[in-house]
Amino acid sequence: MFESCSDPSALHGLSWMLCYLTTGKHMLFYGSFGIVLILLAITAPVALIFGFGGALAARSALWPFKLLGRGYIAMVRGVPDIVFFLFVPIAMDQGLEYLKSRAVCADPGPAWTGNEFHVCAAAKIPLGSSPQIYHEIYGFGLAVIAFSVVYGAFAANVLFGAMQAVPRAQLETAEAYGMTRAQVNRRVLIPQMWAYAIPGLSNLWMILIKATPLLFLLGIEDIVYWARELGATKSQIYAFPHPDWRLYYFLVLLVFYLLMTKLSEVVLARVNRRLAFGQATAAGEALRKAGV
Amino acid sequence: MKKLILTAAILGLTAGVAAAETVRMGTEGAYPPYNYIDDNGQVAGFERELGDKLCEMEGLTCTWVTNDWDSIIPNLLSGNYDTIIAGMSITEEREKSIDFTQAYYPPAASAYMSMDPNVDLKGGVVAAQTGTIQAAHVAESGATLAEYATLDDTIAAVKNGEADAVFADKDALVPFAGTDGMEFVGEDVPLGKGIGIGLRKSDTALKDKFDEAISKMKADGSLNTMIKKYFGEDALTFN
Repeated sequence: MFESCSDPSALHGLSWMLCYLTTGKHMLFYGSFGIVLILLAITAPVALIFGFGGALAARSALWPFKLLGRGYIAMVRGVPDIVFFLFVPIAMDQGLEYLKSRAVCADPGPAWTGNEFHVCAAAKIPLGSSPQIYHEIYGFGLAVIAFSVVYGAFAANVLFGAMQAVPRAQLETAEAYGMTRAQVNRRVLIPQMWAYAIPGLSNLWMILIKATPLLFLLGIEDIVYWARELGATKSQIYAFPHPDWRLYYFLVLLVFYLLMTKLSEVVLARVNRRLAFGQATAAGEALRKAGV
Repeated sequence: MKKLILTAAILGLTAGVAAAETVRMGTEGAYPPYNYIDDNGQVAGFERELGDKLCEMEGLTCTWVTNDWDSIIPNLLSGNYDTIIAGMSITEEREKSIDFTQAYYPPAASAYMSMDPNVDLKGGVVAAQTGTIQAAHVAESGATLAEYATLDDTIAAVKNGEADAVFADKDALVPFAGTDGMEFVGEDVPLGKGIGIGLRKSDTALKDKFDEAISKMKADGSLNTMIKKYFGEDALTFN
């Protein structure tokens, strides 16, 4: 990066360290923190939408929706996360390529033969000739979906519980005013349930932050991958040889995750307070007494 | 008019790209000097140079992909990439699930390394990388096998006393000799049938192309030159 870094073997002390920490590889490491943050930024809202849909479906008066909602919650919550993370991306990838192969291949034979999954080159997603970046975005997309499905189920359960926790008297009053079921949901139930949902959702957010290293399992070059790669012993074959430094790299990750969770706690505490305002809950009552 | 020329140019370009066959080369990126990630974050090493050369000879467009060693065969089979070029020895066990080209590196010597020159290699704890021929050999030798995900973990295990010795490809161990008192111990053991490029059994056309290119490089001696460049003058070569 810097002019002075062109000959690493001549460097010592601080200038060696400065050059070492600005190699192309380290830039990829710093960039991978962005990947984790992007994953969180996309997964959290998508999982919330999944959860919202699941909770509404589970409460629905129509039995097919009810079955779908309850089934989704029960199934995903019951299967170990890691199995789901390994299963969803592979199943989706092969499923999509299988469907595409039926559409675009001239002579689509059986896709699963022996121990191989084989479709014609034109049915590959992304195409084999696409730049590596598309492959990475695609893999990342599959990971986001896997995360969203899993955390969506937990969110659905939290929201379902929160909807049940809204005092029945509130809903009855709304019904007495002649509101339809949809109107009751929209005007009374949903605005009030957030106060009950936030503690559960904030818990889920914390777990989601801590689950991001699972990206590494899905073959995505995230912070854990780079920490392990950069920290590993570097022999003389590398421009910047050093002994096993994984401990220090993982220490950096530890600090990163602690900062993330601390920051989240502060923000979530404020959101919690804001939502409790004027609610018929113990927290809302405490705010009222304090004269806020 | 300008737009038309531009469109035509783009069409021409993309058509050209589509015509050349693209081969995705899968490697581990954690096994220097065979393959590793250099300081710019690119795949480098003996296999990178060899792979690029073979692709050039056969007119293939090659891109490089890294994958964990543990799942390198399953991900080849499910089509994430088209070849495994990752210092993988040709063994009967692996030939049951995938095909190999002819060897591009002769059967390499594996060696033990330890901090204790009098270590008991038959009865002690020996570290090896999971799923390698060395791990299989240790299991048969009577020593207690301690498996680790990467080569680096096996070295770390010896250094912190979890294992008495490490057993791995000698070439991969050479850089660690002399660090923290690590030295080669015992006899070298030749294992496997050499190192080849792993391919899906259905990819016979690609296998033929690589076989042909490797034969050419063996014939004109350029393969031996490349081996010597990465593994030193004393390295095993093809006659």
